[in-house]
Amino acid sequence: MRRGQIRGTDHTIMEDKWYSLATDDPYERADVTSPRPPVWILDETRHVYIKENLFKVKPGVVLPVVPDAAVHRRCFRLQFHFHFTLSHLCRMKALILVGGYGTRLRPLTLSVPKPLVEFCNKPILLHQVEALVKAGVSHVILAVSYMSDLLEREMKAQEQRLGIKISLSHEKEPLGTAGPLALARELFTDSAEPFFVLNSDVICDFPFEDMLKFHKNHGKEGTIVVTKVEEPSKYGVVVYEGETGRIHRFVEKPQVFVSNKINAGMYIFNPSMLKRIQLRPTSIEKEIFPVMAEEGQLYAMELQGFWMDIGQPKDFLTGMCMYLQSVRQNTPERLRTGPGFIGNVLVQFIIQDPTAVIGENCTIGPNVTIGAGVVLEDGVRIKRCTVLRGAHIRSHSWLESCIVGWSSSVGQWVRMENVTVLGEDVIVSDELYINGANVLPHKSITDSVPEPRIIM
Amino acid sequence: MLKAVILIGGPQKGTRFRPLSFEVPKPLFPVAGVPMLQHHIEACAKVRNMKEIILIGFYQPNEELNRFIASAQQEFKLSIRYLQEFAALGTGGGIYHFRDQILSGGPSAFFLMNADVCSEFPLQDMLSFHHQRGNSHCGVILGTTVLHFVEKPSTFVSDIINCGIYLFTPEIFAHIGTVDEPPGGRQLQELIRLEQDVFTMLAAQKQLYVYKTQHFWSQIKSAGRLYLNRYNETHPERLARNQDGGPKIIGNVYIHQTANIDSTAVLGPNVSIGKGVIIGTGVRVRESIILHGATLQDHCCVLNSIVGWDSTVGKWARVEGTPSDPNPNDPFAKIDSETLFRDGGLTPSITILGCNVNIPSEVIIRNSIVLPHKDLNRSFKNQIIL
Repeated sequence: MRRGQIRGTDHTIMEDKWYSLATDDPYERADVTSPRPPVWILDETRHVYIKENLFKVKPGVVLPVVPDAAVHRRCFRLQFHFHFTLSHLCRMKALILVGGYGTRLRPLTLSVPKPLVEFCNKPILLHQVEALVKAGVSHVILAVSYMSDLLEREMKAQEQRLGIKISLSHEKEPLGTAGPLALARELFTDSAEPFFVLNSDVICDFPFEDMLKFHKNHGKEGTIVVTKVEEPSKYGVVVYEGETGRIHRFVEKPQVFVSNKINAGMYIFNPSMLKRIQLRPTSIEKEIFPVMAEEGQLYAMELQGFWMDIGQPKDFLTGMCMYLQSVRQNTPERLRTGPGFIGNVLVQFIIQDPTAVIGENCTIGPNVTIGAGVVLEDGVRIKRCTVLRGAHIRSHSWLESCIVGWSSSVGQWVRMENVTVLGEDVIVSDELYINGANVLPHKSITDSVPEPRIIM
Repeated sequence: MLKAVILIGGPQKGTRFRPLSFEVPKPLFPVAGVPMLQHHIEACAKVRNMKEIILIGFYQPNEELNRFIASAQQEFKLSIRYLQEFAALGTGGGIYHFRDQILSGGPSAFFLMNADVCSEFPLQDMLSFHHQRGNSHCGVILGTTVLHFVEKPSTFVSDIINCGIYLFTPEIFAHIGTVDEPPGGRQLQELIRLEQDVFTMLAAQKQLYVYKTQHFWSQIKSAGRLYLNRYNETHPERLARNQDGGPKIIGNVYIHQTANIDSTAVLGPNVSIGKGVIIGTGVRVRESIILHGATLQDHCCVLNSIVGWDSTVGKWARVEGTPSDPNPNDPFAKIDSETLFRDGGLTPSITILGCNVNIPSEVIIRNSIVLPHKDLNRSFKNQIIL
């Protein structure tokens, strides 16, 4: 019996806040009074149920258990929605190209594999996986070129939590962006359903359901998502027919304007596309897409809203600002407000974990995310920063455009700015000025770093 | 009876002191809470039989100087006079020009010192040393041993350097008068440099002695620190103490009684806070001078800097300089001879804010000099801001 579980956080299904709060998802704000949040279950008969417990599902319960009439109504709405749009999605698969060591995001990736580095208080990979699950994906394959026990363990836990299957496909040698598809070929050819492929560094409001609709609509082999950029001359652009989305060609770093849309690193393909790929290092963008476009088999769908490749610290922070703005528009209740908070600020709040402690006379924001167990002492000023779990910022310090690594400690009257990244467990002494430093894990800094450099 | 002559120089050019000497003559700049010159005068006043202190320089007579002299006369019960040179005459030329004034009343000896020089001023000891040597000489030079040579000179000459504090008998003027006349005769306005022109000759005639001290500091920049430390013995009442409801004090700190300082501020070591200064919540000041009327807003941090009169430093701003201790190997290292620029950039040194400068919130001003009456709107590093 195949069973997909659709979780209660889906905003396209439920606009109502009650459901977005009623979740045991530790990466969502969960300050609700509900003792045991319900989950939605979709079984083979494609009926929707509410169940009390995520991990002990008894099949065969026919009617939703509803606490009141209002919820009942929403429940029916949900039921219809599934019947018409999601009924066929629950068997879908997705391949995420995780790749190597994530060197561009060092020093953070010296402590934690890149997919597990928290972006806005949630591991980068989970942003994508959860969006995929919402869109009906039940099996996620991670293409990795190195193995990490931590990653394996965490994915096992996520399999449980999300009720899906997560596999790691290990390339013994780097296979480029297409090779991993060949390696995992069997997994995608056991059904005729299309599958998703995405780069792991991309952050946006993932449009997987729209992609599927668009893809089914044109009926050809592949769809890639494109996004608009300001300076197309720096990128490879996609030239396509505005009305249908049919791609004509790809132009690398165009000198004259041909298009300002670039590949956003998210695709959906029919399994038939796999015959194009051999098991050898291959670039999907350079070797496969041009051929597909030539044959009229590749279409472009323009992304609405923000998009960012967060593979390096500078862009990580820019992406954070964009993401928080999107949170502001969609679920503003997740953001922290009140005296001392300016603009979009996300503070981790988890029932089980120690929450962040914020002292008096602090001014926080705009664009700050604060992880669990973080301590900000009195009079801290912080803006455009990510402060990771367990970090401690002492009083009267000033931080802008920094990533503060897990359990790091920043002294009093420290000024830190200009994309300074502290690795795990770094200690910055009192009264220092840190300008654009990249500090490796477990390092103590006792002298100012007035110009950007790497502290080994 | 004895006299003292203090050479106070004139308006400075091209120095880091410039933004501050616009407002007040350098000798009156507060060091450790009192005008720099007052440290010299205090030392002279302690010498027994001191009757008069003569200041020689080429500043135009001005109100600040007059006021300072008047109040110092009151405080120390001494005659203090200012004699203005028509031009810079050099160390020898200055005293030679005013020799009649110096010798009037018939002093048996007189001290000569530079206002730039900072010291513990062991004047009484110099005097005793002078008497021990009898009357067959005309001067004593205060000398000190240089502890750190970068490399040994190939021929060892001496490891004693001149501190710029002298004790002379009136005969010195006879010797200055006979300094080699250049061909064509010497014009009076030409410089006579005591050290180069006169001492060489006196030394050859065995007319000069050196009194050695281990307690000498040549640099005005470290003077604040050293004078503050010396207050522990000379003026303990001038040093701030930790007390309930007051700011946290680390090391030697001078706070003017009218300053208003939040109890969460942390000051020191080596900080001077002037009259009417306001210091907010969570402010940190270290190795700095805050001149009167300045305001340091909440959470700001001031390190190795001088904040000028009536200036404001905004919330969470950082005003920071680089400490530049005097080169122990350079006996003539002085603030005036320092090069402002090196390798095309401003030499990292203390940051100086001129008077009435406004530093906005959350910026950093680092290794910079800000000229007076300037409202900044962003961060600056290694720059002179006109």
